[in-house]
Amino acid sequence: MENFEPVIVAFCCHYCAYTAADMAGSKRLCYPPNVKIIKVPCSGKVDAIHIMKALEMGADGVYVAGCLDGDCHFKNGNIGAAKRVAYIKKLLDEIGIGGERVEMVLMSAGMGERFAQTATEITEKIRKLGPNPVKSVNKAKTAA
Amino acid sequence: MKTESVLEKVFASGELAVTSECGPPRGAAPEKIIEKAKMLQGYVDAVNVTDNQTAMVRMSSFAACVFIKQLGMDPILQMVTRDRNRLAMQADILGAYAHGIDIMLCLSGDHPHFGDHPMAANVHDIDSVQFVQMVRDMRDKGRFQGGDDILNPPKMYIGAAANPFADPFELRVARLAKKIKAGTDFIQTQCIYNLDKFEKWMEGVRDRGLHEKVNIMAGITPMKTVGMARYMKKRVPGMDVPDELINRMAGVPKEKQSDEGIKISIEAIERLKEVEGVKGFHIMAIEWEQKVPEIVEKAGLLPRPKEFS
Amino acid sequence: MITAERKPMEELIECLRPYHRILLVGCNECVTVCSAGGRKEVGILSSALQMAFMKEGKTLDVKEITLERQCDPEYVEELVTHIDQAEAVMSMACGCGVQEIAGRFKSKPVFPALNTTFMGASERQGVWVERCQGCGECVLALTGGICPIARCAKQLLNGPCGGSTNGKCEVDPDIDCAWQLIWDRLKALGLEDRYEDNIAAKDWRTGRGGGPRKIIREDLVK
Repeated sequence: MENFEPVIVAFCCHYCAYTAADMAGSKRLCYPPNVKIIKVPCSGKVDAIHIMKALEMGADGVYVAGCLDGDCHFKNGNIGAAKRVAYIKKLLDEIGIGGERVEMVLMSAGMGERFAQTATEITEKIRKLGPNPVKSVNKAKTAA
Repeated sequence: MKTESVLEKVFASGELAVTSECGPPRGAAPEKIIEKAKMLQGYVDAVNVTDNQTAMVRMSSFAACVFIKQLGMDPILQMVTRDRNRLAMQADILGAYAHGIDIMLCLSGDHPHFGDHPMAANVHDIDSVQFVQMVRDMRDKGRFQGGDDILNPPKMYIGAAANPFADPFELRVARLAKKIKAGTDFIQTQCIYNLDKFEKWMEGVRDRGLHEKVNIMAGITPMKTVGMARYMKKRVPGMDVPDELINRMAGVPKEKQSDEGIKISIEAIERLKEVEGVKGFHIMAIEWEQKVPEIVEKAGLLPRPKEFS
Repeated sequence: MITAERKPMEELIECLRPYHRILLVGCNECVTVCSAGGRKEVGILSSALQMAFMKEGKTLDVKEITLERQCDPEYVEELVTHIDQAEAVMSMACGCGVQEIAGRFKSKPVFPALNTTFMGASERQGVWVERCQGCGECVLALTGGICPIARCAKQLLNGPCGGSTNGKCEVDPDIDCAWQLIWDRLKALGLEDRYEDNIAAKDWRTGRGGGPRKIIREDLVK
């Protein structure tokens, strides 16, 4: 693929994942600029529709980053989020977009390295998967 | 006497009754069922013919009963509520009686889930208790279930099943009471391996005097192999197979297991003969019908009374 | 509530293949409660359908509307302002709602997004279980509040059958034996004696057996 730069949307919870992103920043750890962070109060706030809309609007990959098991500031928002992500993955497989484009990841506030590493790994995975097939409609339009 | 049936006569005479069972073929040729029935001729008073057993389609019990009747034997028409509504059931009862079949067993039937047509509608227009009542009213009131008079009422001797080993145990005597209230004449139990539990059930039955209101036949199925014993213990709902039995079968070399199984059955019959309220034995040897004569003979149940057939 | 589940995406995409502009109509009642066809589910399905079309290089215009309920003509009427812009309608309500829309807008193809399943209740969050089959002659007073028609696999009125094992149904060890439940309830209520009253054969005319049913309240008819 000619110079495909994936667009990744990362929903990061305020208490852990976003703070880890901050930590990565202050430690000057590099992670790909492909990852666009959206801060949410809790990963549990992320609803199925948010993930769907991100992909519908052309994101190539989406991940939801929450607190480690048992550490969620709101008790079990991260568990709810993980279940929703699993549900969406199945739906995406059903429509042929592919559940691999969506992930749930867990980390603690101090894990700057993990934030950077996850961002890098997911970007590479999506790069290999190729662009989100919904973009075919734009190709078809330009071809027409 | 409520009917002209052989079975009623044997019970009335005070003799222990003996019945066995045949499964119709999964095809339209009658040879197999005739062959199986012939093996039992002279060793039983009457023979059950199963009705789409385990929810697998087979030649209808009615048709197979007719072939058995033609051999000069007395068939017991088994009918389940799973496959027919009350119109079809009453129609078949009229037809069967017209063919000289005058004993039947009223059952619910295994769920279609277990069989070869799990996608079929699960009828159960009526349940087994209502079924018994319907057949009794056809006989004693001369009326259809819907209320109209029957031109020539069929006089069926009515049987039902009882399972002392199903859950909940505390309900099993009450369930028998319900079936007796509905009009059951005789009972065939699920095959008995746990003799202690059976005797406990019979105690409950006798406490309420139910053993005098209905003729109870103890179900016996000989074990062929230890594998069969284990399968029945683990996989068949409503079956109670004690570990001692499995160990006994396992303790015997493979070639000798079927003989051991027969021995166990005969011992069970001898013990059950002593249980007050047991009026007969229903020997189910599915696909092993050739062993029934040996069991009947060695259990001292010969000769079968000839004067009633 | 009436419960339902979304049909497989493949089936829905196939239905809508010939179209470019559809109305996707949700319902705020039963299907919202069982998370199958409420506003939320409309949004998710709309997005999924659009992505499926885009993947093929096509577009699907989806107008999302959630009615208060689809089983009352007054609410279905609200679609009048949008119906002309749509080539087809996909309803996320139970079968009742789909039919009401189809009956009102006869010139538009109307498709069901869901498979309507049963009348049930929430056992706990995310789990719905069958409780009623609309037999038309409720026997719950006789059975301690547990329905043998809906909850017994053989709809026995004088159960249990010989397959009841450890309080579970022979068909599925995850299904409670309805008659075990009934017996336990009768015991708890001190009504064990009722067990031996034989319940008579059911008159299925009050149920589906008599044909499609209708209720008329003369005092309410205009």
